[in-house]
Amino acid sequence: MPELKVTHQKAECLYDSYERKGELTHQTHYCPGCGHGITMKLLAETIDELGIRDRVIMVSPVGCSVFLYYYFDTGNVQVAHGRAPAVATGLKRARPDSIVISYQGDGDLAAIGSAEILHAANRGELITCIFANNAIYGMTGGQMAPTTLLGKKTTTTPFGRDKIKDGYPLHISEVMSSLDAPVFVERVALGNTKQILAAKKAIRKAVESQVKGLGFSLVEVLSPCPTIWKQDPVEAQRFVREVMADIYPLGNKRDRTADAEPHPAPAPEPALSELPAILKLPKEPAPADAAPPNPREVDYRIKIAGFGGQGVLLLGQLLAEAGMDDGLAVSWLPSYGPEMRSGTSNCHVRLNNRPVDSPVVTRSNILIALNEPSLQKFVSLAEPGSLVLYNGDSIPAEFRREDLTMHALPFFELADEVGTAKAGNVVVLGALLEVTGLLPDETVDRAMARVVKGEKWLEIDRKALSRGKQAMAASLGKEAACHV
Amino acid sequence: MPKQLIKGNDALVKGSVLAGCRAFYGYPITPANEIAEAAAYYIPLAGGTFLQAESEVAAINMVYGAASAGIRSMTASSGPGISLMSEGISYLAGAELPCVIVNVMRGGPGLGNIAPEQGDYFQAVKGGGHGCYHCLVLAPATAQEMCDLTRLAFDLADKYRNPVMILVDGYTGQMMEPVDFLSTEAHRRRLPEWAVAGTAETRHNMVTSLIIQADGLEAHVRKLEAKYIRAEQEETLWENYRTEDAELVFVGYGIVARILKSVVEMLRERGIRAGLLRPITLFPFPSAEFRRLIPQTELFYVVEMSTGQMVEDVRLAVEGARPVAFQGRCGGNVPTAEEIFEKVLRDFQPRAAKTAEEALTHA
Amino acid sequence: MPVTAMREDRGFIEVNAQECKGCGLCVEACVQKVLHLSAHLNHYGYHPAEYDGRGCNGCGLCFYACPEPGALKIFKAVA
Repeated sequence: MPELKVTHQKAECLYDSYERKGELTHQTHYCPGCGHGITMKLLAETIDELGIRDRVIMVSPVGCSVFLYYYFDTGNVQVAHGRAPAVATGLKRARPDSIVISYQGDGDLAAIGSAEILHAANRGELITCIFANNAIYGMTGGQMAPTTLLGKKTTTTPFGRDKIKDGYPLHISEVMSSLDAPVFVERVALGNTKQILAAKKAIRKAVESQVKGLGFSLVEVLSPCPTIWKQDPVEAQRFVREVMADIYPLGNKRDRTADAEPHPAPAPEPALSELPAILKLPKEPAPADAAPPNPREVDYRIKIAGFGGQGVLLLGQLLAEAGMDDGLAVSWLPSYGPEMRSGTSNCHVRLNNRPVDSPVVTRSNILIALNEPSLQKFVSLAEPGSLVLYNGDSIPAEFRREDLTMHALPFFELADEVGTAKAGNVVVLGALLEVTGLLPDETVDRAMARVVKGEKWLEIDRKALSRGKQAMAASLGKEAACHV
Repeated sequence: MPKQLIKGNDALVKGSVLAGCRAFYGYPITPANEIAEAAAYYIPLAGGTFLQAESEVAAINMVYGAASAGIRSMTASSGPGISLMSEGISYLAGAELPCVIVNVMRGGPGLGNIAPEQGDYFQAVKGGGHGCYHCLVLAPATAQEMCDLTRLAFDLADKYRNPVMILVDGYTGQMMEPVDFLSTEAHRRRLPEWAVAGTAETRHNMVTSLIIQADGLEAHVRKLEAKYIRAEQEETLWENYRTEDAELVFVGYGIVARILKSVVEMLRERGIRAGLLRPITLFPFPSAEFRRLIPQTELFYVVEMSTGQMVEDVRLAVEGARPVAFQGRCGGNVPTAEEIFEKVLRDFQPRAAKTAEEALTHA
Repeated sequence: MPVTAMREDRGFIEVNAQECKGCGLCVEACVQKVLHLSAHLNHYGYHPAEYDGRGCNGCGLCFYACPEPGALKIFKAVA
């Protein structure tokens, strides 16, 4: 009498008893003759053979295969309808050593999840997709899937799927193989044991390609659904073999597993102590920390407006940076929303010895208008007695207000004199400092050195700042009697 | 500590990295792009993943994946994108996954415009997606809070195993203010015990929002409910600004609260005792603080950049004990301090003046 | 789990009659034609598969045809 040994039994990576199922824990929830159980078995056997059970994360979708976590004694993540490849992407990138397997039906993958599968495949995510194609929606009760065969009656194609009205069966494997990134794509079937054994080989190769780090893999499994098709299990198997496989040609569609290079391992995470440098956080204590808060009573509400390209935003930023260094509370708010149109640019800057309440400056006490439309738009909102700087030879008569201190200087021409008109905004800054003394020169210079990129530009800006101060001083002497 | 003048959006990203965020999945949308762009730079340098997804639907599900694997993860979008993410947010809440979702609000409904609005309050605070769940919702109003509340958001997300939304307007994101980043330690998150990380230790873990049996699902939903009740007891945040003696209490969040501080000052110069109650957590809503202020308050005055959404929560909190007035702008218009000030001067009668008037009438 | 067969067959099929749903795919797959569906119903109302009791060569094809992960266990004679 020969000794007998077990050659085939339930895979180790499947639970002995399906406790998560709650009832009938000794059998699956699948209908008699359903292909899911077979595909699941092939996948489980592959996981056992490759010895990867601890590393596997099964991603189960919505549909009949939603309950994969009842069965697989692996990590399990259940996800929204169609989103398995996106979730798998997040999982795999978070845990590069894991083996992430998404298992999706045809409604899930080919209809609602068509974008997610296409892009996961196109990115070449290091995941494996098992695609169970039974050409119908099973769990919802037999509606048309994108894979439903032409002429086939379903609950939502009661007169049969019509190519004019409903389109054609969608060939996912062929679509996948049109992409550059996937390394392994194959269509297999569960139409007889020969096909099932071929399916096993393909599934193993697909998972192996992930284990080796080669790239994206997908196996489309043509699968029987006896219940919805109203066929007995044997007849359903014949339908897969003879009818479905005729529309969906079996075979490998892409196999680059022999020559694909493994993806490089991700770089290790830097130490926490390196984060401040990575985040470009300030290293040296700013002067503000050394100095006590500025004791001056200060409440500057500055509006700067001009054309895009005049350096409006940078001028505001320089003021805010220098104000911060001077121990003031500051805010800087760029034009945004409806104000942001037709090439104009403006920003609001507040400098205050107390915390800034609103960063929005409606009524300015310093208005810097670098073109006529800006002056026109904002001069009426300047507070009585406040300051206006205007870029031009003189303030246009229609915008003059006797209750304001208004200065006009050709800032950009002055900047041109020191090398480039681009430094016009810094000439404005010089003029503003001269007329108001709102910030100490050395604080402004330090802020400028921090904000302005490049030694060459810093030199030009320093000259521009002096030129602005000089021109404003001259103008003040000249204009002592007349503001305008 | 040294401060850095920085945009709110950038402060948020740096704050997230310091909080241990190592995964950002997003999809371009104005005005949230700067967050994704900063994340694309900093998060990979910190050893994390940045990926531009094919849609917001995919992005939030990538966050779901990263969160399942035990990584602190984040996404940022604006109204139309948040609408698309709502499915995923419901799943995250149902599966009890922590993550941070930033909504830089823009004008709606539909495509609306890209200007600042606060029309997504209901969506953020009342659920947004399907089922009985809430996001915890934080509303920063300064660049410093863009950093600090982001760090808090990750902590709360972990503590409650629930998505946390940072609801912000475009102004607060675009504005630069000095930020102190280093007063709190950088954080590296340990692997949570429930995570599915593809290891032997985590093999028996499972993430799902599917509970087939009615009793099981009810128990689960009650568990979520209990978390929200606990959060209301433990996490509610607000700022009182000059409310000690206020008879007129303004209510606003985000940039509106900043503007309202100006209005408070303007009114106090006119002798009106105004103050501001700024909810910082929009969910849980600081209802108790509103009730505390009822005895002293003549009028609660809510200002929003919407046609009135948070005002409903204020009314629920006050329960008819005091009148609740509302003033709103929308479409991208930001109310000015001056327009609020003028309207209040027209409409609000301080108690002292009213008493005098009544005395005259009775005389 | 080595067991000793009662007969001098090269293989043996153990059917878990409670897990089996009586779909008949194993009967269809069996080359040796040594499986049949039972005339009796199991606890769940299915006619479970039954091994004829002799003739199995331990090829395992029925195992792959079967949609239930653990309904069949296949034994083969050690060479």
